Amino acid sequence: MLYESESSLNDKKRKGKIMKLKKIAIAALAFSTMVALSACGKNENNDNADTTPTAVPTVEATATPPTTDPDPTKAPTETPAPTDAPAENKVMTYAEYAAAELDTPVVIEAYVQAKQSWWDNKATVYTQDENGAYFLYNMACSEEDYAKLVPGTKIKVSGYKAEWSGEVEIVDATFEIVEGSFVAEAKDVTSLLGSDELINYQNQFVSFKGMTVVAAGQNDAGEDVAFLYNWDGSGEEGSDLYFNVSLNDKTYTFTVESYLCDKTTDVYAAVKNLKIGDVIDMEGFLYWYNGVNPHITSVK
Amino acid sequence: MMKKLGLCVSTALLAVFCLFLSGCHGSKQRGNFTIPEEFDTTKKYEISFWAKNDTNKTQTDIYKKAIQDFQKLYPNITVNLRLYTDYGRIYNDVITNLQTNTTPNVCITYPDHIATYLTGQDVVVTLDDLFEDKRYGLGGKELRFDGPTKEEIVPQFLSECSIDGHYYAVPYMRSTEACYINKTYVEALGYTLPETLTWDFIWEVSDAATEKNADGTYKVNGQKVMLPFIYKSTDNMMIQMLRQKGAGYSSPTGEIDLFHDTTTGLLETIAGHVKKGAFSTFKISSYPANFLNAGQCIFAIDSTAGATWMGTNAPLSDISKDALVEFETVVYPVPQFDPQNPQMISQGPSACIFNKEDSGEVLASWLFLQYLLSNDVQIPYAKTEGYVPVTLKAQNSDEYRDYLSRCGEDNSTYYDIKIKASKLLLANLQNTFVTPVFNGSASLRDAAGQLIENVTKSVRRKEEIDDAYIEKLYRDVAALYRLDQIHVSEETPTELGKLPVASGVFLTALAAAWLLIFAYVVVDFSKKMHAKKKKH
Repeated sequence: MLYESESSLNDKKRKGKIMKLKKIAIAALAFSTMVALSACGKNENNDNADTTPTAVPTVEATATPPTTDPDPTKAPTETPAPTDAPAENKVMTYAEYAAAELDTPVVIEAYVQAKQSWWDNKATVYTQDENGAYFLYNMACSEEDYAKLVPGTKIKVSGYKAEWSGEVEIVDATFEIVEGSFVAEAKDVTSLLGSDELINYQNQFVSFKGMTVVAAGQNDAGEDVAFLYNWDGSGEEGSDLYFNVSLNDKTYTFTVESYLCDKTTDVYAAVKNLKIGDVIDMEGFLYWYNGVNPHITSVK
Repeated sequence: MMKKLGLCVSTALLAVFCLFLSGCHGSKQRGNFTIPEEFDTTKKYEISFWAKNDTNKTQTDIYKKAIQDFQKLYPNITVNLRLYTDYGRIYNDVITNLQTNTTPNVCITYPDHIATYLTGQDVVVTLDDLFEDKRYGLGGKELRFDGPTKEEIVPQFLSECSIDGHYYAVPYMRSTEACYINKTYVEALGYTLPETLTWDFIWEVSDAATEKNADGTYKVNGQKVMLPFIYKSTDNMMIQMLRQKGAGYSSPTGEIDLFHDTTTGLLETIAGHVKKGAFSTFKISSYPANFLNAGQCIFAIDSTAGATWMGTNAPLSDISKDALVEFETVVYPVPQFDPQNPQMISQGPSACIFNKEDSGEVLASWLFLQYLLSNDVQIPYAKTEGYVPVTLKAQNSDEYRDYLSRCGEDNSTYYDIKIKASKLLLANLQNTFVTPVFNGSASLRDAAGQLIENVTKSVRRKEEIDDAYIEKLYRDVAALYRLDQIHVSEETPTELGKLPVASGVFLTALAAAWLLIFAYVVVDFSKKMHAKKKKH
């Protein structure tokens, strides 16, 4: 019993010591656990820092993106300095512009007819005066100024004359808004289709009348369809629409350019509703891509 | 009692150890995704897939079929396809959607772009653990399709998807650049194509092709237009030239080394040939294929993934039939400075998955991503262009081997230029390279191309390309692409270095715990011995 009682006493003392040791051990372990977890947490941040060398995620997010696909939905950044624009000189008439060599500086005054896109402080705009039209490609333009470029607005543009796949345009341009307003009437060029004269109206707001819709291609079931998403049907809702119209046994491919007229526009819906055999009138801009490729803005 | 105490301490230690390990594990994963124990097949998942195609209906059809087939295997997963025809547009849209947490689930992309996406916390899923997962990983036993194992992905291609030692993507297709040549015109000019195409040869023939008749037409083609040498991607042009010269471009950690004497020399050479009318670019003139097929270009450099557009008999064409010219087309690797040591870029789409709150959704994305690597997708997609499949499983399959062997049987599926372009890459895998990937590498790539674009434009505009011009060009391009803002990451440490303070404290506490346990055991043992002595 003594032993037992002593034993009991010893047990109690031992229990007390054990409890004390346990508490210390648990405290130490708990502490070490917290340290371990916090250390791991810190490692996590370090890992992220290693993975993303730039601590502040702003460099690439706002860096100049590819310039080939302007997107008007993007956030603004600062207006770029017009480092490429030629020195200011005399404003040219349309005839002088038309006669100018490619890759030479040009200065023109024209009126905005339609805006195609804005992205990363670059705007692509259809402009025209009473004598001819000018396609302004990726012109330096802040988002704020882009909003001011409503149809009719007169602008003075300095840039270089260039040609891409047959499309004559002004590139590396800057502009300023000046006094004046003009909105062009659509010029009926139906009779000029297929003629060498048509190119004289390049980029102008034009109309085509009495043309017949013919098959643009076939759907997956092998049935003829009146339009395609992209030139070969590889696109989807929101892509450019391609459709074919014929006149005097000749067929021409017209386009609803999705930056110029997106899927919410009337013309986009109208083309999707076309049926083979429909006879239609159209308006649009006389764009060029390896030949005439009008960018249609209305179908009736 | 001792047993109970031992058990208690052991359990506590085990728990701490497990916590420690799991904490470190989470750290490795950037805490961004934990693989679920089971994929819940009763729960509906809807995932988005942003895919790039080369404006090629066959490719979009393959994507659609892949989705249909995958959805049959996993009826609880719906994949919504969004089509793009441009990597840059995908990149722009992802950047925009990062800010609103509306990134896609699965996205075709380039590692350069992923490096930018990684600026957002836990945005892109680290694939390291997913690769290895025995159930749902590469070759996993729970997969409902025959996907590749990790070893069956071409190691070189897979390594291109590693950033800072972690995989953030899988390769989807691979291509390189090729030079599509109008052999008929080369020979008409009195030249014979060498075994290995060199820059000297291209420049010499291109200069010769600018000779005109008295009426202003070009002697070689009798037309008013001749751009003997057109390069589609001037980014690649500069990068490959520098690489072949053994010159700087960037360090692996993001130090920019683009603006130096070798670059200046290359730009001066290019300027000289632009002045003669021998060279132009896609951005300045148009697609090389359009000029090549119209007999207005002799050397057209574009991706092997553009092979179906190249040549008189190309299945795809952007120009009218009456503008097509008959000539013999041959396809070569890009020109070299050192024919004994050819070097060419490895390119082509990769694919990543974006993190989401629901780990099941991420796992569904991973399953679809893996399905894109199955032979059912790899082989048909590779056949659409001059691509090669990224898995050995597909490359070595009878179906793909048969496809390659039927080169030239027709001008569609077996179009000879397309298959030769694929073979070109397969034969030169050991000669391909990629540039370092870091946050800002996409901008550096653009800057490299911009140098050539600006010089070409300036020469056409009759500007003088002298030292002052080059100095200003470097300054302007560096500013335009904000190269001075690219953060250089620290070198990966080769030694572990000094122990972090937190780790030191942890190890000390752990040692203290063991000391206390040891002390207890000693005390207890001595008590027992003392009691035994008393009994006796």
